[in-house]
Amino acid sequence: MENPYLPYPVRIDEVITETEDKNLKTFKFVFINPGDEEKFSYRPGQFAELSIAGKGEIPIGIASSPTEKGFVKFTVNKVGLVSTYLHNMRPGNVMGIRGPLGNWYPWEEMEGKNVVIVGGGFAFTTLRSSIVYMLHPENRPKFKDIKVVYGARTPGMLLYKDELKEWEQRDDIEMHITVDGTNDPDWKYNVGYVPPITEQKITSAENAIAIVCGPPIVIKMMQPVLAKLNFPPERIILSLEKRMKCGIGICGRCNLGDQYVCKDGPVFSMAQLKELPPE
Amino acid sequence: MKTTSFTKQEWDEALQGLSDSYRIFVPIREGDFHMFRPLENGIKPDFDFQNTRISPKSIIYPQSERMFEYTLEPEDPEANILKEAPKDYSPRAIVGIRPCDVHAFRIVQRNFDNPEFRDPWWVKHFESTILVGLGCNRPCSTCFCTSVGGGPFHEEGLDIMVYDLGDRFLAKSLTEKGEDFLNKTKAGAPADQPALQAAEDLKESVEKAFNPNVTMDHLHEKAVLDLFNAPFWEEVAFACINCGTCTYLCPTCWCFDIQDEVFAKQGDRIRNWDSCMFPLFTLEGSGHNPRTKKFQRVRQRFMHKLKYYVDKYQDGVQCSGCGRCVRYCPVNIDIRQVAALMNEL
Amino acid sequence: MHEYSEKIRDIAEKLLKNGTVDVFIGFKKGTVPMMNEPVLISDPEKVHTLHWDSHCALNLCNYLTGRTDKIGILATGCNSRNIMTHIVENQIKREQLHIVGIPCTGMIDHRAVQRAVQFKEILDITEDKDRLIVKGDGFEEKLDKKDFLQSNCLTCAHRNPVEYDELVADLVPEQEGVSAYEDVTQIENMNIDDRWDFFRDMISSCIRCYACRNACPLCYCPTCFVDESRPQWVGKSIDPTDTMTFHILRAYHCAGRCTDCGACERACPVGIPVRQFTKKLNKDTLELFSWEAGLTSKQRPPLDVYKVDDYNDFVK
Repeated sequence: MENPYLPYPVRIDEVITETEDKNLKTFKFVFINPGDEEKFSYRPGQFAELSIAGKGEIPIGIASSPTEKGFVKFTVNKVGLVSTYLHNMRPGNVMGIRGPLGNWYPWEEMEGKNVVIVGGGFAFTTLRSSIVYMLHPENRPKFKDIKVVYGARTPGMLLYKDELKEWEQRDDIEMHITVDGTNDPDWKYNVGYVPPITEQKITSAENAIAIVCGPPIVIKMMQPVLAKLNFPPERIILSLEKRMKCGIGICGRCNLGDQYVCKDGPVFSMAQLKELPPE
Repeated sequence: MKTTSFTKQEWDEALQGLSDSYRIFVPIREGDFHMFRPLENGIKPDFDFQNTRISPKSIIYPQSERMFEYTLEPEDPEANILKEAPKDYSPRAIVGIRPCDVHAFRIVQRNFDNPEFRDPWWVKHFESTILVGLGCNRPCSTCFCTSVGGGPFHEEGLDIMVYDLGDRFLAKSLTEKGEDFLNKTKAGAPADQPALQAAEDLKESVEKAFNPNVTMDHLHEKAVLDLFNAPFWEEVAFACINCGTCTYLCPTCWCFDIQDEVFAKQGDRIRNWDSCMFPLFTLEGSGHNPRTKKFQRVRQRFMHKLKYYVDKYQDGVQCSGCGRCVRYCPVNIDIRQVAALMNEL
Repeated sequence: MHEYSEKIRDIAEKLLKNGTVDVFIGFKKGTVPMMNEPVLISDPEKVHTLHWDSHCALNLCNYLTGRTDKIGILATGCNSRNIMTHIVENQIKREQLHIVGIPCTGMIDHRAVQRAVQFKEILDITEDKDRLIVKGDGFEEKLDKKDFLQSNCLTCAHRNPVEYDELVADLVPEQEGVSAYEDVTQIENMNIDDRWDFFRDMISSCIRCYACRNACPLCYCPTCFVDESRPQWVGKSIDPTDTMTFHILRAYHCAGRCTDCGACERACPVGIPVRQFTKKLNKDTLELFSWEAGLTSKQRPPLDVYKVDDYNDFVK
């Protein structure tokens, strides 16, 4: 019997400090045992438990794309015991990854559609995975227009800055980067919160699916914006966060009604959430 | 299938004799109440009990269970890599388990052994266990197994059903595992017709006199949000002190926490029972907690048992009617009354 | 004391109707013999559910923490002392409270009653003055109430509320010459190994449900030390060291604050006499500081104050 609680051993290959406050770091892991990478076959939107012996596990969205081979990436915010310890770990250190866990963005449904991606703050990790996945030459023809609104408090708090620049220059993806405010005279992108910028830049919900990730306030403020754009609740896709432990719907703590966010989610449509207790 | 009659002394001796083949758990009196304990030398089972204070779920699913072990010794090539903690999966038997607690295992099985994931420890412990039930001659005033699909002599899930006929036990095997167990006893005598009739009569008379009648028949048709937003939760929850008595004594509560514990350079990953009554249960790393209020946690417990589970599995409630929570809740919050409120909303 | 019920209902109705209080905290009759449920009444039409008998041994002060409304609350001697402690510790304001004092003659130890009927199932229990009438399937026994009091009630020296706005009945005589700490002295006299074994065996059946902690009005910390994860002071498994750490530290947190109300012990689902921990500290605060918790709302408990002339010689 496979043990779903047993992490794959991994080695930290690279650590990148993403933000000016140094609270967000991206960790690139390589699997120690041959064959484990293949077993860890995932789709954008899924998460995994990062496991540190002696400290515990934390559920983190997968930031790399399945089209990127030889490693997996996670961007981790320093908030608790495990993440603080992880932030002090270095390339070469050994830890574990358990997953992939949960469901993914509705990739089959998104085929042939326009995709609107809205991200606020550090909840851009599985959105990065999704963008890289969609921009892969094999996948790009499957989707129509891809539009991205991504905002952070300041320019220095944006994740994946080099990639943002690169995407900005491509013509097969429309980027709208924004910050809440900045003193930088050279800032050439938007200034403003994500919801009003979305309202300005996204003009139509026609044949489109919106994926929204962000802190609760962004999720809340996005709802009237998307409603105004005529996105039906079935085509608004959210990724939820909860306290999780097992990641496989057994330990019982992350439920929304009869659904477990770790197993039946973390990805839900707004239509699904309307049927569930608002916890 | 086989039906054997034992005098009470024969039965005790037979169990002692089986100690080589099985790790046997029996009810014994400890102070003011009964507990299941391994039948070891000098231990005297006491089958004259209503039910054990702590349910036998802990035999399959211990309150604290080592999942993995590891070394943090930097020089060790296996440092920081988790290994399965060794476990004893040799055959065991829970003898004297009440039908409600067997029903509870069947409820819990849906969680630990589902089509997507199998919890290896629960499954292996469960599969290595044979369940020798003891029919309830005297159901408690707090029992309501018949309202949740069980009964004082309910056989489903059992390997052997035992009837207490006063001066002797009549043991009826219900599975091959059960028959094997009875064969191994090499004691007792094939039950004769009067004994079989006595067991039948006992069952009938107990069932006839036992009418707890907790109504749960409309739960499945209620809208989940109506129940969630029902006006009675604050009132139901007022007395609750948010302890874990109900959930820890409950044979169908399965929630757990995972913790790492380290001593010097050796560590364990352990799972411990957890409780939705504790605020920490849902506290997120960010500090956000979807259930900061007591009534939200109490609501979760009842909604899980009486609605979410009902909707998810379409086969009754997540409650075996054992009544432990009713009896031992320090503030007398009574699931029978809450079920009625929900059922009648 | 069962005759108090009617009077309690009248008082609650009056207080709710004339606006003295917004809510009234009392007990309603339980669904299981010897168990009653704390209840909050805000509608004067519902005062009929209020009930009082000798099984109202949970501490209602527990339900005051954090409330901002005007509250009528029943208070026996020990409960009233916890209310005083709550006031001192800023958990509630005196102005918010209308204390309805209950002169108490002691609460019944439900476990002792169970033992007396050889654990046969009790279906009904009633009080007739000093007697308990216990009924079950095929039996009826009459017990002397005084033989079945909770052990904290047997040695209680404050049966009357220390402060109240009105009383449900005349004050009762206080017990004279009770010796509260004989059991503690016995434990003190054990040698250190025996004492450790005594406490280890005592808590061996603990399931870490925290009913003792949560039934206690003193335990209102937003995050209890056992729940802290950074740093994690105590492991969360049922390792005996962690369980012992919980019990001992909990008791220390109650030093000078515990009124020996017995709610912790009553709430324990596995019958651990957890008061053996707190009683030792009650005895120490009595001997070292002449202090009994909650007799006044004007003075902080001894371990809760610092004075420059405090005894410091033990600090090396």
